[in-house]
Amino acid sequence: MIYRLIFSSDHLHPTRLIVSNARMEHVGRSFERVEDPALLRGAGRFADDLAEPPGCLHAAFLRAPVAHAEIKSIDTKNALALPGVTAIITGSELAQHTAPFLSGVKVNAPQYALAIERVRHVGEPVAIVVARDRYVAEDALEIIQVDYASLDPVVDPEVAAEPTTQLLHPDAGSNVLHERRFKYGDPDQAFAEAAHVVKTTVRYPRNSCTPIEAFVVLATYHPGENVFEVTANFQGPYTLHPVMARALGLPGNRLRLKTPPDSGGSFGTKQAVFNNIVGLAVAAKVSRRPVKWVEDRLEHLAASTSATNRVTTIQAALDADGHITALDYDQLEDCGAYLRAPEPATIYRMHGNMTGAYTIENLAIRNRVVVTNKTPTGLMRGFGGPQVYFALERVVDLAAARLGIDPLEIRRRNLVPPNAMPHSTAPGAVLDSGNYLGTVDRAEHEGDLAELRARRAQARADGRLYGIGHACIIEPSISNMGYITTLLTPQERARSGAKNGALATASVNFDPSGAVTVQVSSVPQGQGHRTVLAQVVADELGIYPSTIVTATDHDTLKDPWSIASGNYSSRFAGAVAGAAKLAAARIAERLKSIAASDLNVPLSDVELTDGMARAVSNPDNAIPIERIAAKAHWSPLSVPLDAGAGLRETAFWTAPELSEPDTHDRVNSSGAYGFIFDFCGVEVDPLDGAVRIDKYVTAHDAGRILNPTLADGQIRGGFAHGFGAALLEELTYTPDGAFLAGTFSDYCPPYASDMPELKILHDQSPSPVTPTGAKGLGEGNCMSTPVCIANAVADAVGCPVNTLPLTRERILKLISIEEPVDPKPTRIPPLELLGDGHALRGEGSATVPASPEKVWETILDPDHLPAIIPFCHAVEHDGEHTYRVEASFGIGPIRGRFQAQLLLSNLDPGKGLCLNGDATGALGCATGRSEIRLTKCEKGTRVDYAYALLISGKIASVGGRLLEGAVRGQIAEIFGRIAGANTTKTASGLRARLAGWLRVKS
Amino acid sequence: MLYLSADGRHPVRFTLNGRYVEGEAEPRLLLTDFLRHEIGATGTHVGCEHGVCGACTVRVDGLVVRACLVYAVQVDGCRVDTIEGMADGDELNDLQLAFQRHHALQCGFCTPGILMSLSQLVEEEPHADGSRVREVLSGHLCRCTGYYGMVAAVMEVLAARRKAKNV
Repeated sequence: MIYRLIFSSDHLHPTRLIVSNARMEHVGRSFERVEDPALLRGAGRFADDLAEPPGCLHAAFLRAPVAHAEIKSIDTKNALALPGVTAIITGSELAQHTAPFLSGVKVNAPQYALAIERVRHVGEPVAIVVARDRYVAEDALEIIQVDYASLDPVVDPEVAAEPTTQLLHPDAGSNVLHERRFKYGDPDQAFAEAAHVVKTTVRYPRNSCTPIEAFVVLATYHPGENVFEVTANFQGPYTLHPVMARALGLPGNRLRLKTPPDSGGSFGTKQAVFNNIVGLAVAAKVSRRPVKWVEDRLEHLAASTSATNRVTTIQAALDADGHITALDYDQLEDCGAYLRAPEPATIYRMHGNMTGAYTIENLAIRNRVVVTNKTPTGLMRGFGGPQVYFALERVVDLAAARLGIDPLEIRRRNLVPPNAMPHSTAPGAVLDSGNYLGTVDRAEHEGDLAELRARRAQARADGRLYGIGHACIIEPSISNMGYITTLLTPQERARSGAKNGALATASVNFDPSGAVTVQVSSVPQGQGHRTVLAQVVADELGIYPSTIVTATDHDTLKDPWSIASGNYSSRFAGAVAGAAKLAAARIAERLKSIAASDLNVPLSDVELTDGMARAVSNPDNAIPIERIAAKAHWSPLSVPLDAGAGLRETAFWTAPELSEPDTHDRVNSSGAYGFIFDFCGVEVDPLDGAVRIDKYVTAHDAGRILNPTLADGQIRGGFAHGFGAALLEELTYTPDGAFLAGTFSDYCPPYASDMPELKILHDQSPSPVTPTGAKGLGEGNCMSTPVCIANAVADAVGCPVNTLPLTRERILKLISIEEPVDPKPTRIPPLELLGDGHALRGEGSATVPASPEKVWETILDPDHLPAIIPFCHAVEHDGEHTYRVEASFGIGPIRGRFQAQLLLSNLDPGKGLCLNGDATGALGCATGRSEIRLTKCEKGTRVDYAYALLISGKIASVGGRLLEGAVRGQIAEIFGRIAGANTTKTASGLRARLAGWLRVKS
Repeated sequence: MLYLSADGRHPVRFTLNGRYVEGEAEPRLLLTDFLRHEIGATGTHVGCEHGVCGACTVRVDGLVVRACLVYAVQVDGCRVDTIEGMADGDELNDLQLAFQRHHALQCGFCTPGILMSLSQLVEEEPHADGSRVREVLSGHLCRCTGYYGMVAAVMEVLAARRKAKNV
């Protein structure tokens, strides 16, 4: 097979491309991916594609329908009796097998794989059902009875931080589980002496990158060895491996964790599969069978993970010329219901580069981390960056406006100048390389910012809302394992021992036939690591990439790995490919040693190229590399001693610059720092609030680019996430913690028709730190794009933009044009809501061919209730005008049973009444009020009704259109049936129901 | 109208990528689960199970459908085409090759469904323009690529096919 080169324009800037090694020929070029042929024919090997072991059972999770409640009791009797159900594990049983997960913060807020005694967010797992198949397991979920006692939900992080608020974890003593203040330089003096102080508060929302493949776990327990063998589409970081092992009470070598060859995207999210791994491991042990769980979309959106939402108050001190002399961040981080490892990492990942791309000598930071009744947070592409830059780059724009300086000009005045490189920031990052001003100049010129400004001028002259936004950011990559310990005081750090570095591993092996295999622990999630590794290793060994086979599936029992392994913090191109380069270089030296002896020339005269070991002084004197490799296996006694035996090398690499935080809390939190400058033009439609991206330019300096096509692919993907975060995506909660974004109709990632054009520019200042010279580049647009678009929208509409996403409703609110309201008057005054859940209101009327008195009798006759409630299973008379009803309700594929209590009140015989009720079931809870009025009319009786419903739990998560339509349909059906029942009053039971139903339908 | 009892398993026989297959399914078994776990055709992926993401898209009697919204028993007697039947033996077809050339996939999880929708587009609408291609792609979610390479790949295939047929 001949490797095909992709010829593409615009990728490289030849004058800036620095080739450090003349022998390199594959790195830096675009190769078609080795991953693609299998994926394109549906022959990928994703976790749910792998063969299931004999006897494999399937699991489903029972999840909390409410945000905050005590679990009074769980009755699994009926569910266990269901044929095909093998086991049901509840929190109390799980707690006998596991310890709480370790957390980075020493507080008493334990988390297990299942809720213990209390649920703290909608979707929190309460029990695991293990059954013959997923269908049966879900049947069982429906008939597990859980008795919840409601607690006050806490959703807003600012409310959570108040001392009088209900505590999520009473033993922790506060909802603020972590607080630290930092000072670098002398921010107090800088603010005191500032010519200008600019301040703003921004709120970054909850969102998630939602890979199309959700979580998969297959767990087996081997009792003879007390080993759990788990295959899961986990992505790392492998810091979580000891967290899982400790929870299971085992040393690490008894938790064998394997990852599949392919993973359907992750973007950080698949870090959060780890608590499910522990739950499923227990399920496998209890049921004594392999157990598999495939997460569904509702579970993923509602309960897997999320970016942190953060409230940041930021202040910038400026001198009269617009130089920023100090920054002050007050960050309030919402990590959801638990501080799940590695949180609170999101707030510390950027710590070293909190001054952005600017020279700012004085810095104050207050970090507070709160828990709320929302899903626990975790890794998400951009990790910590979108939150920080949304504050920083907004305040830079506000400063520009205050001082009357162009927003790009104020950035230029503050950017770290090229002659200051490497620049040590106030909080400790070492910005290693780059010419930020040069990149800005080039992007301004090649992206034609002048033309965009002319377009804005023209649009404004035409009376349109048009704005331009900018953002300059530092994109950190290769996280220092010690950055999270910045949350400890220097004294606490001294006690607990230093954590530092970021070990990457790679193995390169020649087999006896001379074929090369490469194995890494980078756990790719679709980026194309195998392709790039083949390029990197081929160059070191003087062979062709197409001859190399790379394994990226991983097995903790057999493959090299370390605590920093995994796919996160954009560590592949610099660290993992770097380790592969080092391993290959070591093998190359050994090959040369054998070749020197065979070719009878000095070692310094041997080069490896085109698959041959050759004497540089006499190119005809050559031997195929595979023959040398074969010799190392077949004739180990004949190879020089210094070549060693066998031909396998495993390299461990870490950046020596990644020290632990120092005693002044300064930390070089990442191994490499890229630079990004974005600008864009947007137009806002004042009528419908739509934001159209007219033009978007992104300029990156991510060091040396290993494969230009793949690099651009990463940038385009990151841009799509940033675009979604800016305009579309939010994991929405009501103030009482009901979750409203449980489907892809409610949580809206961008489609092809949404995506604007993107112009990408590259500079390449090689990293002096990484072996490949590469820095990370896949996360940057998640950090730069949301605030760049926000700045453009603010410029367009002329008012500050302090939160995201900029949905049409939000834009209309910003520009104070309310959505048109339904002009239809309501006959019955709107009913007051009883709380803050997902609210539904409605009204309607039906005409019944009977007198108001007859209709009244029908409504009050308990025997008629089964006939008028659709899918009614049972009715119990429970006191005067009080009924207990069991009925089914469903939306599309989601259907479940509810236990409802109905109360009739305000009885005005023959004229009207109120009907109030509460319903609970596996799908969620509802509480509602309705008012019914009867009026005599020509055809009999006119029944007018109005209702207000609050819905929470799973059923609320499928939200919006689906839910409203289904509820309205169901309620219309009930009143229709009241009408029908009045003409079949002599019938009863099934006949009445059938007759009523038919009449309504006809 | 076919009536099936909810409890029993019912025979399902159809032509999958040109080959006869058969199995048994409860009436509620989704086509996705039947293809993947009964037949072992794992190329059709499951992304949302509510018909939005498009990862499970297959063709039934030539029509593009979401296999997560179809019960297995509904395709009894039909012709079903999935991603596994797209390549001509060992040779990827023009659309697949264009996807590779244009880096139109990364993780590849959404790709089979997308290729199934696009296969119908390139067959039936040789003159589709960029906005039509984006419209068809908007029946699918991809979280890796931003869709850029996909649009370029389809436009290239459409042009090449038009040229080959001289239309």
